Amino acid sequence: MIEPRQAIQQAIEGSEGPAVVAYLTAGHPDPDRFLADLDAVASAADVVEVGVPFSDPMADGVTIQRASHAAISKGVSLRWILARLRERATGPGAPVLLMSYLNPLLVHGYERLADEAALAGVAGFIVPDLPLEESEPLRSALERNGLALVQLVTPATRAERVRTLAAASSGFVYAVTRTGTTGSGALAADLAGYLGMVKAASDLPVCAGFGVRSREQVAEIGRHADGVIVGSALVEVLERGEDPAAFLSGLRP
Amino acid sequence: MITDRATLEDLLAGLLPDEAGRFGPYGGRFVPETLMAALTRLEDGIRDVFHSERFGHLLSAELVDWVGRPTALTRARTLGAEWGVELYLKREDLAHTGAHKINNAIGQALLARELGARRVVAETGAGQHGVAAAAACARVGVPCTVYMGAVDVQRQAPNVDRMRRLGAEVVAVETGDQTLRAAIDEAIRDWVSDPEGTYYMIGSAIGPHPYPYLVRELQAVIGREARAQMEGTVGLPDAVFACVGGGSNAIGLFHGFLDAPTVEIFGVEAGGRGEGLGEHAATVSRGRPGVLHGTYSRLLYDDDGQIQETHSVSAGLDYPGVGPEHAFLADIGRVTYFAVSDDEALDALDRCCRAEGILPALESAHALAGARRWARENPGARVLVGLSGRGDKDMPILTALGGRP
Ligand SMILES: Cc1ncc(COP(=O)(O)O)c(C=O)c1O
Repeated sequence: MIEPRQAIQQAIEGSEGPAVVAYLTAGHPDPDRFLADLDAVASAADVVEVGVPFSDPMADGVTIQRASHAAISKGVSLRWILARLRERATGPGAPVLLMSYLNPLLVHGYERLADEAALAGVAGFIVPDLPLEESEPLRSALERNGLALVQLVTPATRAERVRTLAAASSGFVYAVTRTGTTGSGALAADLAGYLGMVKAASDLPVCAGFGVRSREQVAEIGRHADGVIVGSALVEVLERGEDPAAFLSGLRP
Repeated sequence: MITDRATLEDLLAGLLPDEAGRFGPYGGRFVPETLMAALTRLEDGIRDVFHSERFGHLLSAELVDWVGRPTALTRARTLGAEWGVELYLKREDLAHTGAHKINNAIGQALLARELGARRVVAETGAGQHGVAAAAACARVGVPCTVYMGAVDVQRQAPNVDRMRRLGAEVVAVETGDQTLRAAIDEAIRDWVSDPEGTYYMIGSAIGPHPYPYLVRELQAVIGREARAQMEGTVGLPDAVFACVGGGSNAIGLFHGFLDAPTVEIFGVEAGGRGEGLGEHAATVSRGRPGVLHGTYSRLLYDDDGQIQETHSVSAGLDYPGVGPEHAFLADIGRVTYFAVSDDEALDALDRCCRAEGILPALESAHALAGARRWARENPGARVLVGLSGRGDKDMPILTALGGRP
């Protein structure tokens, strides 16, 4: 059996055209629909990021802030998410990662987290407020279960550090395409140069995003990266009660 | 999980924070990757610019000519007699703009200018750091944007007008708990959007490394002065008290006395109106280790790791986190932290007004209330209280609460 973190990599590399990595905040807009929404998203995406809501999402724009606060107020928590994921029929399908700020993970306990995540079919983690220098304790707990800890790089990251981060990453390398919070705004000025540099520095596939909303952006990023990450735009589709699978399929070039 | 050992001796030898920005297990740098380069630049700037002789002269001159340092040490005869102790107040309320916050703001504003920042962003709770940031940025000629929770904009209205008059843009933060914590979230989001050109001027001894160090170094002037003023007259105090929100005035005052083993040191937190989560802001005395706003320290959160709303009558103490050095000082037992209630603080404020003709900030009134409690068990002791700021900004809330006159 392959390790979960390799399954992520294969899912991205196996995609025809740029892989679609889709983000939704767990339990938003409706906790009762979480697994249905997740299945719909997973049917049209290559990798799914499930957001664990946090009270202080300092790297997120207004959409994910709103989603996080709403989900918390409806009782969504890391424990709730892990329990729901365990109920979900695990079969083939897009690998699921959890995207979480550090404090909920720290409070849960890293060893217990790694075990419970593996049992729930989680393939890895993305932790936006955990830079490489602070990541060893979580990384070693996840590694024991073959789970990924995806490292982020940004347009502000120097080439040498990009190489270090890429070498430490697993699953894929997350290239933030804009300097700022999630949600909106223009892509980095020299997208081709930036993503080209990240690609050259990395043996893993590179997925890029932050503020991706349109098919044109997906096509443009797809020319320079292996996958495209779509977050806030998908959260808004779910908030409007529209079909997430149709939205994601429509983004593919 | 995080078990690094460090001792008081390490701290006194200048070894903390260590290379990783840690005070024992606490501190570090838990920020989005976008900010890592900015923090490294700030670290370099502290080493090359902040510690240079030229910068030292520049800052000292501003502290004297513009801030009005040294601030007085006042013997509080009437209040001391009432409480049965020999009481001294370190008068940060006399510093320009009315609180210790200016020591930090002018230092960071000068540093921001030296490092070539195009603009400064800051957060504020009570508005005192916002006013200090606005004034310091005006003084050094760098544009300033201040984020302030919408609740605080209401309860500290006079300071909002002051900031605007001093040329700052004030943004009311409507998200989250709409107090200091949400303001910090929003200031960090702004900084994340332009980490190259924007300088984040944090207002307390919190945040990712190297901020807790930088703020401590800038506030240490309080303790240095107070120590010299006391030793030059009556001698060392038996006990030192400061209020602890994020912990900047406290860390600055404490650093003057940490190496004096006979001096007991107390951090007084906001006990609010009760013991339950959400009713107080007693982070060190009632919190647990966790990560917020870039640092590993003690925090108030629920069983899912969600940061809790806090309550204090004092906006400047209404924060669920605390500087990592305080968590360390608590663990090694050098400083004792405890909480006093809203009512105790209001009562101490009242007594200080009547007895000494000094209207302390509600934050500082917590330090007074803590000292008063300790004084009951220690009659005749010599006590130093950090009066971190003046209470003019609190007039709307004091008026709303009624009571005297
Ligand atoms: C007068 C005064 N004292 C104390 C504080 C608390 O901050 P710190 O704990 O950083 O000194 C504030 C914060 O706004 C303040 O205005």
